[in-house]
Amino acid sequence: MEQKVYFEDVQEGQEIPALTMHCDSQRLVMWAAASGDFYQIHYDKDFAQATGLPERIVHGALKHALLGRMLHEWVAPRGRVKRLAVQYRGMDMVNEDVICKGVVTKKYRQDGENIVELEVWTENRQGQKTTPGTAIVILPSREG
Amino acid sequence: MTQPSSVITDEMRAYIGKESGPVVVEVDKSACRMFARAVGYTDPVFYDEEEAKRRGYRNIPAPPGFLGHVVYNPARPEQRLDYLPPFKTPFTRILNGGTDIEYLDDICAGDVLTVTRKVVDIQERQGRLGPMLIVVSEFTYRRGEQVVAKFRGTLIQY
Repeated sequence: MEQKVYFEDVQEGQEIPALTMHCDSQRLVMWAAASGDFYQIHYDKDFAQATGLPERIVHGALKHALLGRMLHEWVAPRGRVKRLAVQYRGMDMVNEDVICKGVVTKKYRQDGENIVELEVWTENRQGQKTTPGTAIVILPSREG
Repeated sequence: MTQPSSVITDEMRAYIGKESGPVVVEVDKSACRMFARAVGYTDPVFYDEEEAKRRGYRNIPAPPGFLGHVVYNPARPEQRLDYLPPFKTPFTRILNGGTDIEYLDDICAGDVLTVTRKVVDIQERQGRLGPMLIVVSEFTYRRGEQVVAKFRGTLIQY
């Protein structure tokens, strides 16, 4: 795997490649097993509706992890995700697409590291941002 | 109609700032792969140990968002990492309000970490779904003495 993005290439305001995940019930069950979050609102429709929800909802932490994957795939193989902070403002229902996006807000060098800050979010097919957040990644430099 | 009184009790407030005892979590190799698969990664670094080492990791790295699993043992009920508040509340329904993870070092398969939890903020709000209790906790992950990650989680009960 070759490094695609270096610190020098990045510009403030730049969009990074988006990532879309169709969150069907199989995906949510895989996530439940992988994360250890077995709360039934994510895979049991009757349970979800008994708590007042219209449907099973996508785990917030899965949306966080998908944003993490978008960042990883942008900075890999040599970059690192240093921080990812999100708020779960809107619910995403099962069988919907979760679309992850990000825009560079700031770049600077600090303590020998090439730091890039981003605004990140997930949105649904209606364009509503359901998971706004911020991220910090470290990128390699072309100077080595 | 009188305004309902605060659901935040002195007992709850007493937890703010108090650090819990350490809980052990293991970053298992299969668990890293399973997590990566659930999130849809195709990067071999999360599946192939040799590839991970070629790329400068000690072993398969934990994908962003994965901080290991508590070693589940029904005989040791105190060994659990509870994301719920450590106190009783009048609410039964839960939503995740937010996740903030800061990494201070790579976390890799084989790592055994200890986690301590601290409630840092408790608030109540009148939401779309009725009265809500919002509890923010900070979990500090250490490998030996070194802090490797800080997790700040917001939990909404209603």
